[in-house]
Amino acid sequence: MTDPLLNVEELSIAFRQRRGELTVVRDVSFDVGVGEVVGLVGESGSGKSVSCRSILRLMPAHGVMRARAIEFLGRDVTKLSDRELRDHRRHNVGMVFQDPYSCLNPTQRVGEQVAEALRVNAGMSKIDARARTIELFESVGIDRGAERQRSYPHELSGGMRQRVMIAIAISAGPKLLIGDEPTTALDVTTQAQILALMSRLRDDTGMAVLLVSHDFGVVAQVCDRVVVMYGGRVMESGPVTQVCTEPQHPYTRALLESIPRLEAAGRRVRREGIPGQPPNPADVGEGCPFADRCAHASARCSSVDMSLRPVGPSHVTACPFVGEWSDPPGATESSRVGGPS
Amino acid sequence: MTAGPTLEVEGLSKSFALRRGWTDAVARRKRPAHAAVDDVSFQLAPGEILGLAGGSGSGKTTLARMIIRLVEPDAGRITFDGVDVRSLSGRALRETRRRMQMVFQDPYSSLNPRMSVGAAILEAGRVHHQSGSEHPEQFVARFLDFVRLPAATARRRPEELSGGQRQRVAIARALAVGPDVVIADEAVSALDVSIQTQLLNLFLDLRDELGLSIIFVAHQLSVIAEVADRVAIMHLGRVVEVGPTAEVFRAPRDEYTRSLLAAHPHPAPLRASSKLREETS
Repeated sequence: MTDPLLNVEELSIAFRQRRGELTVVRDVSFDVGVGEVVGLVGESGSGKSVSCRSILRLMPAHGVMRARAIEFLGRDVTKLSDRELRDHRRHNVGMVFQDPYSCLNPTQRVGEQVAEALRVNAGMSKIDARARTIELFESVGIDRGAERQRSYPHELSGGMRQRVMIAIAISAGPKLLIGDEPTTALDVTTQAQILALMSRLRDDTGMAVLLVSHDFGVVAQVCDRVVVMYGGRVMESGPVTQVCTEPQHPYTRALLESIPRLEAAGRRVRREGIPGQPPNPADVGEGCPFADRCAHASARCSSVDMSLRPVGPSHVTACPFVGEWSDPPGATESSRVGGPS
Repeated sequence: MTAGPTLEVEGLSKSFALRRGWTDAVARRKRPAHAAVDDVSFQLAPGEILGLAGGSGSGKTTLARMIIRLVEPDAGRITFDGVDVRSLSGRALRETRRRMQMVFQDPYSSLNPRMSVGAAILEAGRVHHQSGSEHPEQFVARFLDFVRLPAATARRRPEELSGGQRQRVAIARALAVGPDVVIADEAVSALDVSIQTQLLNLFLDLRDELGLSIIFVAHQLSVIAEVADRVAIMHLGRVVEVGPTAEVFRAPRDEYTRSLLAAHPHPAPLRASSKLREETS
């Protein structure tokens, strides 16, 4: 494992409502090492997006976050003063959102927007910032940068806009890049390019990446480790190949089994899928939030302790009964079935 | 499966006019046009599920809309059950549209928020004088049952339902007018994976139970792999490849199809747990 960069411990997030609080994230812990690419996977409402925003302390006005610690390079983000928080946001972490069009100023040329980030975040002069913008454009794969920087956002394709967003996010040389569903709005071919770009930036700069996605395929393609969330809790986390091939939580397994796959073409066998629907945060209480959809659940699951238990090297699961329905990792090495040849 | 009608599309084209810039005016050029769909032909056999795949802007949705004449084609023929759809108007067009129903991507905007689920389904049936629609409760319950929703859902409003449930209601409403063909335009794209699977299975069930033909528009190739018998890949308004899904996905002939398949992200296959296999065998 690499040196720790980010360590989130027992993070809980609630939204204040007219009557009391609605807890959307419960006791979530995960970490990101220096230069590591970590995926945060979950369906809508699983709490993955608000969890990643807590690293920047970006909360809606009615949001309340509590955490034992959110440590970034040894400093607790939750205890930063306003000024320190601003520096943390400027220099440590860059963020890319799902919809690049709504994040860019439609009335300003994209080059100016990147240069502005450079002047404000990296304290560059106008002239330096302009030169650096063209370099940044090149490093995010925008060719003819000198020409393209004069474009307005609406003149660029979705993929190009996302590249501009990445250029802004990495302008101050952050140690962590957070991508909140950065490729969800893009075509598959463009998506592959953006994912390759993020991997390359990690290799070139040693910047860590936290990739939030609902798509296990996307995460499997670029991440070293994955954290699986459901109903505001971490269900499982571990090395991405381990989790994808030998999941140690019934939810992860069911989710992976329900993903549509190309190999299904012409097979005419139906996927079982997961019955029911993801829980409403208001209905989630103690115990396992997946219990009412889980094929292996029993009465004890409604009060189960959801703390994470090790099942392999840096592989943890929230299901204490995992040994009863699954083999330990590696036990089925020889019995590999299915899959593309 | 009963032999239903066949849908045939031949040389269908549609272009949208773009703005004529001042350079065009000076050069006396005509208003430029963008060919959204360019000379597309295919057939849909009774009881068949045809997948329509392609990137954004490839013309999938325009093509789907032209078939039920929500968008008027510039050229080409649409033949449904031996009738030229483009020549129809008035009552005959209404009847053809009844037989070809569409389910849209966003179940949040395709249902009337002020109408209960039951009222929405009943209205569709009444407008087209469907038999049984004179007994509202049984009529609505029958179609809710088709989409695996409890009869009590009839009293609820769309806002009380999840995305997956809303999409089921939209499908029930489409079924209530007794269609032969359902055009699903990205009908599962906005849903979570676990809900997506449920709806894909529902479409397969409906094909088997009712003998529906389905045109399944989706940008996700894996979704099409799960449901479609045949697939047509669109790129820049043209169908670049069409054939049985297994064949096209295993041995794509077109360059663009290959690039789409190569870019498709998929997680490593699951290793089957021996304990799980014992349970299922």
